[in-house]
This record gives sequence, structure tokens and C-alpha cells, in this order.
Amino acid sequence: MPSPNILLSTPNPHKLPSTVAREDEHLLVAAAKKGDTAAFEELVSRYERKIFRLTMNITGNREDAEDAMQDAFLKSYAHLKNFQGDSRFYTWLVRIAANEALMRLRKRRPNQVSLDEPIKGEEEDLMPREIQDWGPGPDQRFAQTEMREILSSVIEQIEPEYRMVFVLRDIEELSTEDTASALGLSVPAVKSRLLRARLKLRQKLDRYFKQGGAN
Amino acid sequence: MNCDEVIRELSNFIDGELDAATKHEIESHFVECHECKLVVDQTKMTIKVFCDCEPVELPGDLRNRLHEGLRRKLREATQ
Ligand SMILES: [Zn+2]
Repeated sequence: MPSPNILLSTPNPHKLPSTVAREDEHLLVAAAKKGDTAAFEELVSRYERKIFRLTMNITGNREDAEDAMQDAFLKSYAHLKNFQGDSRFYTWLVRIAANEALMRLRKRRPNQVSLDEPIKGEEEDLMPREIQDWGPGPDQRFAQTEMREILSSVIEQIEPEYRMVFVLRDIEELSTEDTASALGLSVPAVKSRLLRARLKLRQKLDRYFKQGGAN
Repeated sequence: MNCDEVIRELSNFIDGELDAATKHEIESHFVECHECKLVVDQTKMTIKVFCDCEPVELPGDLRNRLHEGLRRKLREATQ
């Protein structure tokens, strides 16, 4: 269970958050805290799609993702009294779900998943090689379902310590501070891994997006 | 700034977390270095495609399993 002391958030500046809370969210949370399971189920219905995407992105396994999602919702209900309301309910839920997903990933790959720092020296060469032009609108060249398949395939190819940070920061739009606190990492470690995660994913997408690339 | 230094600041540049002077230095580097400009634009595109990919509706069976499971366990817990 992650501790509920969530630090102040700074919004992700490269775009507007797509997860703006509906105004009645705090009412639902308050009702659920008092044991109103219908209110809690409404919260589940609002976030189940996003939480399943999160647990799928982290575990890469349908069965684990499903279990992690269910347990995340159960734990969030059981610990709802600890939710202080000083962060978004969703941010709090994401922390729980990310930990549930990570636990299952570790069970499946016990020797591979370590989030401990440090993982890499700062001396490594980050400059990508053989940079090719992607041409205009590479994202427009794929149908939605095809794009989903590409994205889930490339995200599974990068190491969990990078994937976790990318998923929480860039997909779930948590702040650097919230990501650090959810994963038990320092802010510099989150930043360093986010940079590497982004560069790795760019490299993996290159084969699909470069002009005349795979497709 | 050389290419390596630019790439190390790439995340901060994309996230708008640099002071004006460093930002300007990086932008001047782009004028001479097409490769760094490509890496930055492609990294932005990488983030964008992941963000644009909205979560899909849960398949009906999965949604039913989730809600029935939750209801059952919440009932058990409150009894
Ligand atoms: Zn350069």
C-alpha cells in the first residue's frame, strides 16, 4: 500500500491534462468513504478503462492486468479513509494500481524487475545513431487499432524501470513529484529515467514511422 | 552546447523546464544541427502518440467480471 502523503503537483506542461476531474468526484468519494458502494462503483466505472490501460501497460499480460485492476479497486475501497483529498482521487488510485501491477510483474520476472537506483552511469552516450526523417504526420499513417498494437508492442520492449516512469509521467500525466513518490524514487532518478524511456521509445517507433518504414 | 548536452536536456526542453538562456542555446543549436532537431521532434511525437491513444471500453465480459467480483467482495467485507 503506497503511503498517502502525496506531494504538490506541477501540471505536465506539454499538453492539457485529459483527466480533468468531474465536479461531483469529491461527492462520490465522500459517499464511498461512508460505505456507499454504489458511489464507489460509479468511481470504478469512470476510471476502469484508464486503470486497465495502466495495468496492461505495466504487466503486458492480460490476466495479470485484470487481477491487478480488481485488487487495486478493492484496496482503494478498503483504504479510502486514508485518502486525504489533498490530491486527485485518480492520482491516488494510479499509485495503488501501479503498485499492484508492479507486484505481478515481479512475480513473473523475479530477477528482472528492480526499481532501485542507480541503474546507469551518467557517462553513457545518449545521442541516437542513424537518425532518419519520419516525414509529416507519421501518426496519421496508421489506423487506430494498428496504432494501438504498435504502441503496446513497443512499450513492452523497454525495461520495466523505464516503462514504469514513462507510463506514470507521460501516459497517466502524474507530476514528476507524484511519480517519484509513487515509485519510491528521487526526482532526479525519475527525470533521468524518463529521458531514457522517451529516447528508447522513439528508437523503437523509428522502424514504423520512418519514411518507407515497416508497415 | 554540443549534441550530447542538448540530448541530456531534451526532456527538460520538451517539458518547458529550462531557463530562457538554456532554451535559447538549444534552439540556436537546432539551426545548425538538423539531427538534434529531428530527435526532439520525434521524441515529442512519441509522447503525443501515446497520449492520443485513448483507453478503449473494457470488453463486456471483463467489465462484468470486475463489477461482479467487486460487488461480491464488498458485500463479504461489509457483512
Ligand atoms: Zn546536435
